Amino acid sequence: MNYRILTVGDSASFPNSHPLLDNASRTGDVIVILGNRMTEALERVGKRDRYQAVVVELGDECLGFYSGESRGEEGSNLLGFARFGLGADPATQLIELVRQPATPQAAIDAARQVFESAGLQVAVCKDVPGRIVNRLVRPYYNAALRRLDEGLATAADMDTTLKLGLGYPEGPIGLLERSGLEHHYDVTQALYEATGDSGFFPARRAQVAKQRARAVAEAQAWAEREQRETSDE
Amino acid sequence: MSAIKTVGVAGSGTMGAGIAIVAARAGFRTLVYDVAQGALDRARKQTEGFFAKSVERKKLTQVEVDEILASLEATTDIAAMAQCDIVIEAVFENLKVKHELLAKLNAVCPPQTLFASNTSTLSITEIAAGSGRDERVVGMHFCLPAQLMKLVEMSPGLRTSEEAFSAAWDFCKAMGQIPVKTKDNPGFILNYFLIPFNNDVIRMVEAGIAEPADIDRAIKTGLGYAMGPLELIDLVGLDTHLLVAEALYAGTHEPRNQVPALVKRMIAAGHLGRKTGQGFYKYSGNAMFGG
Repeated sequence: MNYRILTVGDSASFPNSHPLLDNASRTGDVIVILGNRMTEALERVGKRDRYQAVVVELGDECLGFYSGESRGEEGSNLLGFARFGLGADPATQLIELVRQPATPQAAIDAARQVFESAGLQVAVCKDVPGRIVNRLVRPYYNAALRRLDEGLATAADMDTTLKLGLGYPEGPIGLLERSGLEHHYDVTQALYEATGDSGFFPARRAQVAKQRARAVAEAQAWAEREQRETSDE
Repeated sequence: MSAIKTVGVAGSGTMGAGIAIVAARAGFRTLVYDVAQGALDRARKQTEGFFAKSVERKKLTQVEVDEILASLEATTDIAAMAQCDIVIEAVFENLKVKHELLAKLNAVCPPQTLFASNTSTLSITEIAAGSGRDERVVGMHFCLPAQLMKLVEMSPGLRTSEEAFSAAWDFCKAMGQIPVKTKDNPGFILNYFLIPFNNDVIRMVEAGIAEPADIDRAIKTGLGYAMGPLELIDLVGLDTHLLVAEALYAGTHEPRNQVPALVKRMIAAGHLGRKTGQGFYKYSGNAMFGG
């Protein structure tokens, strides 16, 4: 299937070269819009009904932000997607493809085909905050951080248990410290604001990591400013 | 180095049979106790099938298997457990049932015999309180299927002596298992994290957010898990998930531990998972894992 790529702004899902970008055509039945200036991009696209599917890259926002919502009957050839990645880790091969209640199956199938043709794995889900993976794993990560504080077990024993007991490739504490606790804070804070669900409320360790990251960034900015001012004198 | 020579396993269900395999395979004389001869016979048949596969897969020789099976005895006479240095109970997850069993074992076993509980959700301290020897009771939670999984969550109760915990820890390692220490906390580590996660997954299906296959694909691709959560729930069984989750909820009252209504509807429909041929997916075939 031929598809077009339109990029407006920075893409979190495809920041670098990828077969999805390399195999795109100038025209096609599907348009995949990348970037973080989606409202502007959709204006540029104009009439959407000439495409079988218009697939927009999502951040924390719901697809309804771009489509509008009414009576739970919304749905058209406009779909959303995000390529899943954990913090500082490279993006995975997972595409979470977002549909609405009345999205035609043909549009879902066309979008799926485009991503799968580039070697990606597609999981279709409703237009909900956190989509599938973040919605499921973030409360678990928060609980692990909380229980570490409460002394349930050592970090090593918690990670070993979840790796050996469930076959997980990595335990939650090791995973979060590697991929960035401050990133976990960003994701969970957004989910907590969107849902009000206390399971998403960032755990203390994530809050501390975020505060520390902010303080370090501010200190670096201050030092750079000082250096500039000194050299100007 | 473990001073334990003879191991008792009380209960010959899936977990009990698996634990007995682990102990016997590690060279311990192992006595399996159950009130029902039929349950012991079933466990023996499954165990023989498991070891036959071990020979087929060249993990053990027939001579080794014969020795292991000769060291593995079954009894409906609780008095026979008097020979054991440690008795691991793997009976129904009910405090009253466990107290009744431990009281009977306490009456027949010598004072130095250790009691271990394979509970996945109940408090070791509460179980120990009905044992008559709470300083010699430890938590030893094996993972399913016990005969294949190396992990054992070990918990001291509030009154467990350091000597008893240390002896059980050494015995666990002597069986070739990997012990981890956790507080006596509902669900210990594994179920404390797994049950609410699985409940959230089931709620996601219930709310129509995504199809089971999409959820499993997302978790496997996004996080590198070998098995999707709904595949795992089907393997464990929805009835088992219900039991563990209800026990965990009773001990924590955390909303995420409360079982979604869909679980009870699926159980009512006979959709228990792999064991009935249908859960979140459809299946054919059922046998003891591994060999």
